[in-house]
Amino acid sequence: MAAVALVQGASRGLGLEFCRNILINKAPGALIATCRNPDNAAELMSLVAQHPGKMTVLKLDVNREDDIQRAAEHVKKVFGKVDLIINSSAMLHPSGKGETSLKDVSAQGIISTLTTNTVGPLVMAKYFAPLLQKGSGAFGQQPPEKAKQHSGIIVNITAKVGSIGDNAFPWFGMDIGGTLVKLVYFEPKDITAEEEQEEVENLKSIRRYLTSNTAYGKTGVRDVHLELKNLTMCGRTGNLHFIRFPTQAMHRFIQMGSDKNFSSLHTTLCATGGGAYKFENDFRTMADLELLKLDELDCLIHGLLYVDSVSFNGHPQCYYLENPSDTQNSVKTPCSLADPFPMLLVNIGSGVSILAVYSKDDYKRVTGTSLGGGTFLGLCCLLTGCETFEEALDMASRGDSSNVDKLVKDIYGGDYERFSLQGSAVASSFGHMMSKEKRDSISKEDLARAMLVTITNNIGSIARMCAVNEKIERVVFVGNFLRINTVSTKLLAYAMDFWSKGQLKALFLEHEGYFGAVGALLELLKSSEEP
Amino acid sequence: MAAESERVDRSSHSMDKSITLPPNEIFRNLENAKRFAIDIGGSLTKLAYYSTVQHKVAKVRSFDHTAKDTEDDPLYEISMQEEILARLHFIKFENAYIETCLDFIKDHLVNTDTKVIKATGGGAHKFKDLIEKKLKLRVDKEDEMTCLIKGCNFVLRNIPHEAFVYVKHADSEFRFQNTHPDIFPYLLINIGSGVSIIKVESEDTFERVGGSSIGGGTFWGLGALLTKTKRFDELLQLASKGQHTSVDMLVKDIYGGSYVSLGLTGDLIASSFGKSATADKEFSKEDMAKSLLHMISNDIGQLACLYARLHNLTRVYFGGFFIRGHPVTMHTITYSINFFTKQVTEPHLTELPSQGEVQALFLRHEGYLGTIGAFLKGAEEDNPNQYSWGENYAGSSGLMSTSPDLNPMQRARSGTFDMLEMDRLERQLVNLPLLQDPSSYIPDTVDLSEDALAREYWLYCFEEALDGVVKRAVASQPDLPEAAERAEKFRHKYLHKLQTLRHQPFAYGSLTVRSLLDTREHCLNEFNFPDPYSKIKQRENDMALKYFQKAVKSLEELSWEQRQFALVRGLLAGNVFDWGAKAVSDVLESDPEFGFEQAKRQLEERPWLIDNYDQWLERLNGPPHKCALFFVDNSGIDIILGVFPFVRELLCRGTEVVLASNSSPALNDVTNNELQILTERIAAMDPVIQSAVKEDRLTLVQSGSSSPCLDLSRLDKVLAGVVRERHTDLVIIEGMGRAIHTNYYALLSCESLKMAVIKNSWLADRLGGKLFSVVFKYEVPLDKKPTTLDHVPVTPS
Repeated sequence: MAAVALVQGASRGLGLEFCRNILINKAPGALIATCRNPDNAAELMSLVAQHPGKMTVLKLDVNREDDIQRAAEHVKKVFGKVDLIINSSAMLHPSGKGETSLKDVSAQGIISTLTTNTVGPLVMAKYFAPLLQKGSGAFGQQPPEKAKQHSGIIVNITAKVGSIGDNAFPWFGMDIGGTLVKLVYFEPKDITAEEEQEEVENLKSIRRYLTSNTAYGKTGVRDVHLELKNLTMCGRTGNLHFIRFPTQAMHRFIQMGSDKNFSSLHTTLCATGGGAYKFENDFRTMADLELLKLDELDCLIHGLLYVDSVSFNGHPQCYYLENPSDTQNSVKTPCSLADPFPMLLVNIGSGVSILAVYSKDDYKRVTGTSLGGGTFLGLCCLLTGCETFEEALDMASRGDSSNVDKLVKDIYGGDYERFSLQGSAVASSFGHMMSKEKRDSISKEDLARAMLVTITNNIGSIARMCAVNEKIERVVFVGNFLRINTVSTKLLAYAMDFWSKGQLKALFLEHEGYFGAVGALLELLKSSEEP
Repeated sequence: MAAESERVDRSSHSMDKSITLPPNEIFRNLENAKRFAIDIGGSLTKLAYYSTVQHKVAKVRSFDHTAKDTEDDPLYEISMQEEILARLHFIKFENAYIETCLDFIKDHLVNTDTKVIKATGGGAHKFKDLIEKKLKLRVDKEDEMTCLIKGCNFVLRNIPHEAFVYVKHADSEFRFQNTHPDIFPYLLINIGSGVSIIKVESEDTFERVGGSSIGGGTFWGLGALLTKTKRFDELLQLASKGQHTSVDMLVKDIYGGSYVSLGLTGDLIASSFGKSATADKEFSKEDMAKSLLHMISNDIGQLACLYARLHNLTRVYFGGFFIRGHPVTMHTITYSINFFTKQVTEPHLTELPSQGEVQALFLRHEGYLGTIGAFLKGAEEDNPNQYSWGENYAGSSGLMSTSPDLNPMQRARSGTFDMLEMDRLERQLVNLPLLQDPSSYIPDTVDLSEDALAREYWLYCFEEALDGVVKRAVASQPDLPEAAERAEKFRHKYLHKLQTLRHQPFAYGSLTVRSLLDTREHCLNEFNFPDPYSKIKQRENDMALKYFQKAVKSLEELSWEQRQFALVRGLLAGNVFDWGAKAVSDVLESDPEFGFEQAKRQLEERPWLIDNYDQWLERLNGPPHKCALFFVDNSGIDIILGVFPFVRELLCRGTEVVLASNSSPALNDVTNNELQILTERIAAMDPVIQSAVKEDRLTLVQSGSSSPCLDLSRLDKVLAGVVRERHTDLVIIEGMGRAIHTNYYALLSCESLKMAVIKNSWLADRLGGKLFSVVFKYEVPLDKKPTTLDHVPVTPS
C-alpha cells in the first residue's frame, strides 16, 4: 500500500513546510496534517486545495489525549497504518515570549509549555505506535539486512524550553592545551534588575570575580585588550572575556570550580584541546563536572570564523604586514578575511598543526611539527634560565642572533652564488656554538633571539612547503606563540613573501590563541538556539 | 648548507698524531700518482689521486701448428705479462694527521708533471698555504656542491650495492639496494652544519631546491650549550643513551593518551623540549641530547618528505657529517622519513613504507663524495665517466662497524685511515638487454648478510679452502722462488678479509658467495697470482681435445631423441669437472684418472632435482632458435666434451651461437683468450664448427667479467651489442657459480636454460637434493609461452 505520512502541528512554520516537502518530493499515497484549529489554518487549507485527494486535515491538540486517540482511530480505520509521523508542534511560552523573571512564571504556563513540548509527543507515540508497526517502511533509508529494516519512523521536534536542563549562565568555552588553558567567558550585560536579584549567589560571584579582576592567582591573566564588547550571542548582549592560565595550574582551577560549587550551576562544561581528555576524570571526581569534549580543530576553525565575522569592536580582526621584505619598516595593516577559503591555517601552540581549510566543515590536517612554542620556551629556559614566555621574548627582543648562527657569509665569505644564497642567510642555526670560544662569550639575549629566529623560520619554511604542495596562497598564522611576538610575526611575513617571490601572503589574527575556546563556547550555545 | 664546515679543530687530537699503519699501506702506488684532489671537512680529510699499477696477467698463445702435432705437444703456451692498470685511490683520515700525510706524500711523489691539486670542503682554505708549501702544488678550489653531486653520480653508477636502507632492529641493519639502470632523478639531502636539498636530474643538471639552517651544526652547537660536551661523536654517544620522553611533551602528555581522530599515537612528540619549559627540574645530558637529536632528525625528515613530494621523487639519499655512517642518526632520519611519508599518503598508518613511497637511502662511500667529485673535475680530460670502474676489494676498507656501543674515541681511531680503491675496467659494462626487469634484477641467489647460517657455512668453507688455493698459487709459478712468500701474504690478506666479513658482513655491500669469490680473485691479483689454475687448465684442455672427435662420433650414432638426452647428460657430466668445488677438487686431486664416463655415472638419474627436460625436448621438436647466448664455465672436459657437442647440435639445427667467456682468469674457468685457441683447434677437426666460425654463426665474446659467478647487469658492452644484433632468443647459463649461486631466480625476456650439477653437499641439502644432484631449469617468459606449453609447469616447485 502507498506511503502514509502524518504531520502534527502543520498549520504553519516547520510543520507546514514538512507537508509541502512531502507532497512535492515524496508523493505519498496519503498525507494527514493535524493542527489545533484547522479553521484558522488558511495556508494549510490552500495546500489541501492544491493537492486534491492527497491530503486529510484533522483537528488535534497535543494537550488533549482524547484528540490524539480519536485521530489515531481515524487513521487506523481509513489507512490501517502509518509510515511517518512528524511531531512538530513546539512553543516557547503560551504568552509568546519566554519568562525572564520569576515574576513572569505561572504554573499553568509552565505546564502548558511542557505538555506541548514534552508530554504531547509521548502521548502521540503511545496511540500511533501500533500503526507505525504496521507501516511498510516507505520513508527513510533502509539497511540491506531484512532484520534491521524499520516499518515506520517517528520524528520529534520540540523547543529547548521543553528540556528541564536549561542552558543557563554562566557561558564558558575552554581550550586546554599542552602549555596554556584558554578560557572565554560571556558576561551578559542585559541583565535586568529582577534578573540580577534572582541570580543565584555563586553565579553572581563568578561573574564579579572574573570581570572585576585582570589577574587570577599567580598565573591567570585576562587579556583585557582583546575583550569583545556588546556582542550579541543567542539573543543576549554582553562582553566576551579572554582569560589564560598555565595548564600546570589546571588542578588548582578544578579545585576552585569545586570550591565555588560550580556544579550547582552547570553539570557540563564545553572543553576542547588535549586537556579535555586528559583532565576529564579530574573534573568529574574533583568538581562533579562533566566535560563535553570537542575536537580542537573543529573548534579552532569555527571559533576563528566566528570571531572574524563579529569584528574586533568595530575594527578588522585580521591583518597583514605591508612591506614585509623590510622587517625594520613593515607596517601592520588591517584587512578583511571575507572569502577566506581555501586557507592554510598554521596553529602554533606548544607544537604546530597545519591545516588546509576549504570551507567551515571541510578541512584536513596536512602535517605538524614538534618544533613550536613549547620548544622555544623550553630551550630558552634551559639555555638562559628564564622562566616565562614574556621573559624569553623580552630577552630575544634585545639579542642578536648572528652571534649564534653561522651565516652563509661566515662560510663562503659572501654570497654563495652558485645557488644564489645571500651572505646574510642563516646557514646553520646555532652553528657558531660549535666553537668553545664563541660559546664562552655569548649573551643570554643572543641565545634567546637565535632560538626565536630558528623556531620561527622553521615553521615558516614548513608552512611555505605545505602551501605550495596544497596549492593555497593564503596562509593564516594563529596560536599563542604569536602573542606579543612581533619578531616572529615579521619573520613569518618576510619568509612567506621572500621565498615565494610575493606569491604567498601571511595573515594574522588579533585573537591569536583563543579561537579554540571560542569554538567550544559556540558549541555550548548551539543547543540553545531556537530550532 | 656547507657540506663539512664545522669548526676545524686541529688541537684536540694532539695525543695521537703518529700514524699507526705503515704509510705505504695507506698511500699505495704513490710513485705513479698524479691528479690529486683533497676535500677537507671539519674533522676529516679525504685525499684522492690517480695512479697506474703494474701487475701481472696470464696470457696464452697458440703454438705454431703448421708442423704435424706430436701427441705430447701442449696446445698453447702460457706466459706472464705485465699490464698497466689505472686505479683511483681515496684515503680518509682525521685532520690531525694532515701534516704528517702531506710530508709523506711529498717524500714519495715521483711524478712531477702534476702541478695542481683540486680542493673542496669548508676546511680547504684553512690548509691552502700548508698544502701549497708542502706539496708545491697549486690549490685549485672547486665548488663543494658540484663535487658532491659528481661524486654521488660516480659511486651510484659504478659501485653495486652503494646505497642502502638502514633498519635498526633487523637481523642485518643494512639493506643494500639494487643499482637502478637509470640513477636519475634523485634528491640528495646533505646534512652538514646546515641542510641542503639538491635535486639531481642528470650528470650536469642539478639544482638546490631548498634547505634548512637546522642541521648538524645545530645539533652540535645547541648540544654543546646544553650538555657542555664538546665533540660531535660524544654528543651522539650521549644521545644514544638518553630518554627523550622526560624532556619532550608527548601527545599523551597533552591528551592523556592518543589523539585518535587524527591517528596521532600517544608516544608521538607534540612539542620538542616542551617539558623543559614547564618543569623546574634538572634534565640529564643524555636525555637532552636525545631530545635534540630527535628534534633535528624529525625536522630534516619532514622537510625531505615535503620536497620529495613537491618534486615527485622517491629516491632520497642522505649524506653529510651528521650521517657519516652513524647508526644513531641513520636510525632517527629513517624513522622520521617513514613517519612523514606515511602522513603524506596515509595519515593513519605507521608501518614500514611500501613501494612508491620515499625511503631514506644512505651511501657506503658517503664520506668520499666531495673528494671523488673534486678529483673527477680535475680529471675531465681523461674522460673518467666513459669507463666502467670496479671497487677493488683487496685495497678498500669497507664499511666500518657502526656499533653505537663502541667508545667514541675507539670509533674515531678504528676509522683513522679508511681507503677506497677503484680500478678502471678495460671494458665498459652494461645490462644484458634480455633482462626482464633490469631495475629489480638481483644476481645473487642467497644474501649471506641476511642468512646467518649460510654465512657461517660459506665463510668456513672459504677459510678451509684457503690452504689449497695457496698451494695452487705457489705451484702455478714454479720458476719464481719468492712465490711462496707472496702466497703467504695473500693468505694473510684474504684471511683478514674473511675475519672482517664475519663481524661486518655488510662491509662491501651484501655478502654473497660471489663477493667472497671475487674478493679472493682481487687478493690473488693483488699479490701477482693472476692465474693459479693456468697449468691445470692447459693440461685438461690438451687431454679433453684428444677425445673430442670420438665423443662427437659416438653421439652421431645415436637416434635424434637419444642424442638430445646424451648431449644434456654430457654437458652436465662435463660440469662436474670443477676445481672450484671442494667435493670435486678432492677427487681430482686424489684420482686424476677420474674420467668423463665416471662423471656420467656419478650423475643423478632422472627425475632430477629440477627437471624441465621434457619441456626442453618438446621445444627442440619445434622451430630452431634464432641465436643462443651461452655463458660457459670450466676449461677442459666441460667446455670441450660437454659444451662444444651441445653447441654443435644447435648449429646444425640452424641456431647461431654466441659463446660468452670470462675476460680474465677466475679459478679453472675458461677465459676468452683460451677459448679462442680451443675453438681454432676444434674447428680444425670438425667441419661443422669450422664452417660456423667461418660464416660467423659461431661467435666468441668476452663477458667483461673475471668472476666464477655472473652479474648480468655488468656485462661487456660489445656482448650486449652482439646479443641485440643477432636477435638472441635463448640464453644458456652453465655451472654452479653462474646458474645457482647467481641467476637462479633471474628472469629473462627470452627462453633460458640453466644447467648445473650441485657439487656442494651443504647447498644440495639446502635445495632439497644431494651431492651431484642436477638442476635443469628451462624457462619461457609468460608472454612468449606457446599455448601448447601452457599446461606444463615450467618451474616445478
